[in-house]
Amino acid sequence: MIIPLPHVLLFSLALFGIGAYGVLTRRNIIGILISIELMLNAAGINLIAFSKTTALAPETGQIFAVFVIAIAAMTATVGLAIVLALYRARKTVFADEVNLLKW
Amino acid sequence: MGPVESLRHFIPELVLLGGAFTAFFLDFLLKNKRLVGYFALLTIVAAACLLKAPPKESLDLFYGFFHLDGFANLFRVLALIAVAATILIAFGFSPLRDRYEGEFYGLFLFMAFALITVAAANNLLMIFLSVEFVSILSYLLAGFLKNDLKAKESAVKYLLFGSVCSAVMLYGMSLLFGAAGSIDLPAIARVVDSPAMKPLGMIGLLCFFVGLGFKISMAPFHMWAPDVYEGAPTPVTAFLTVAPKALGFAVLMRVLASVFGESYRDWRQVLMWLSILTMTLGNLTAISQTNIKRFLAYSSIAQAGYILMGLAVFPSPLGKDGVLIYLFAYLFTNLGAFAVVSSVGDRTGSDEIASYSGLSERAPVSAALMTVFLLSLTGIPPLAGFLAKYYVFAAAVEARFITLVVVAAVNSAVAAYYYFRVIRTMYLVPADQPALPKPPVSAAAVTWLMAAGVLGIGLFPGFFIKLILG
Repeated sequence: MIIPLPHVLLFSLALFGIGAYGVLTRRNIIGILISIELMLNAAGINLIAFSKTTALAPETGQIFAVFVIAIAAMTATVGLAIVLALYRARKTVFADEVNLLKW
Repeated sequence: MGPVESLRHFIPELVLLGGAFTAFFLDFLLKNKRLVGYFALLTIVAAACLLKAPPKESLDLFYGFFHLDGFANLFRVLALIAVAATILIAFGFSPLRDRYEGEFYGLFLFMAFALITVAAANNLLMIFLSVEFVSILSYLLAGFLKNDLKAKESAVKYLLFGSVCSAVMLYGMSLLFGAAGSIDLPAIARVVDSPAMKPLGMIGLLCFFVGLGFKISMAPFHMWAPDVYEGAPTPVTAFLTVAPKALGFAVLMRVLASVFGESYRDWRQVLMWLSILTMTLGNLTAISQTNIKRFLAYSSIAQAGYILMGLAVFPSPLGKDGVLIYLFAYLFTNLGAFAVVSSVGDRTGSDEIASYSGLSERAPVSAALMTVFLLSLTGIPPLAGFLAKYYVFAAAVEARFITLVVVAAVNSAVAAYYYFRVIRTMYLVPADQPALPKPPVSAAAVTWLMAAGVLGIGLFPGFFIKLILG
């Protein structure tokens, strides 16, 4: 059974929305990073869905999705490293307590 | 062109990449980390010497994944100048002098490579990968100082804002890919004009622009810029205000030129209002700043607004030339200003504008050169900034964007007020602190080189314009 394209797109939109909501409401920086991963994965699902339906060459979308996974891993690595460094310096991982710089 | 034949045209990049890995290796072996810095500088000079004159027709290296043309070549030069100048500024920046110093220079060699791939990216996959490459290196460099609380905070803010914008951009790209069925920009251009796929393509493009707008610190995506620029180590700030922004404009120009042919006219109004918003917000907020780095951060947001003027009239060749000239003039001016900020901040231990009082007596050369850079940012002839502003204003007038021209002129007057405020602090406020020691040779050298660039562009505009536009 093939899942129709609009269903997949709605699913990925919902995933993207949950990610965006998490980014806006979470206090914990690690929670924000996880929400960003959700947003990236929503785009990955789109790419795969389109590569099966509208794409001229299906490989393009699949390869793109593989790169997206790699980039997501890279963002998580660098992000956690920076959060760890912040925690060592400031003893906090809450976004609203990181407030030395403001205008 | 296949990968093996492509390598022949890819030598400068290979040198940079090899140099970057070698720099990290040298970092293990050498006790004196400054030597790694010299090696990095040498690598960049070698890469610059190996740059060939741009080919008349564009070269599609690696099956079109590295699109080398005159435009990309110009940004290669810009990237190499920016990285070399940043390394020179970093030589004179004392907080960096610890056992991690070698890694800093190695990361900058990777950064040079990443910037060049941005300039040559011609499809969605390469644009995404290269922009992410630059961003992730920037997050690391912004938080490079281990014990600096502000640097850590700026890195976290940059990371969060940057990743969210990248995710939105990627989502847009996935929709564009779905609408066009291909990741090549020319294929996407055909979609924008076809009615069936237009809604999907439009949403995709809007999301795509969010990511690019973030890169060039365009309002309303500029919120990260002041915090990051204030907190990051000064050499990194100097770099971030110039190079990633210039490359963001490069991608934007490529996308506008190849995706929007006829349908571009609808977007001119949008870009015009964004330009007005960016320059006004940047200028008005810059007035009340007391920290020189934050002040220059807001000024750089305003400058991005002026550069957007050139894009708002884009189909006109004058607008495109204006953007290119502006980016080069801005490169020398802003790097020069930050070189002075870095060397003064290193000697006084403070980045507050108040600590510049009486600088004309305490460090006359630094004060004089800073004045040159600030005047160039204001756009006073005969300096580089004047030529650049002249071009974008001329382009806007030619396209009959009278509102834009008037707003930009008013903004320039506001900008003159706050740039002169700093000059006043340096020259008219009496010195209450002792004279500063001489700056290290590297810092003095880079400041003089940038000043020579600013004056050279201003005094010999014909030669310079020919060099850039061919």
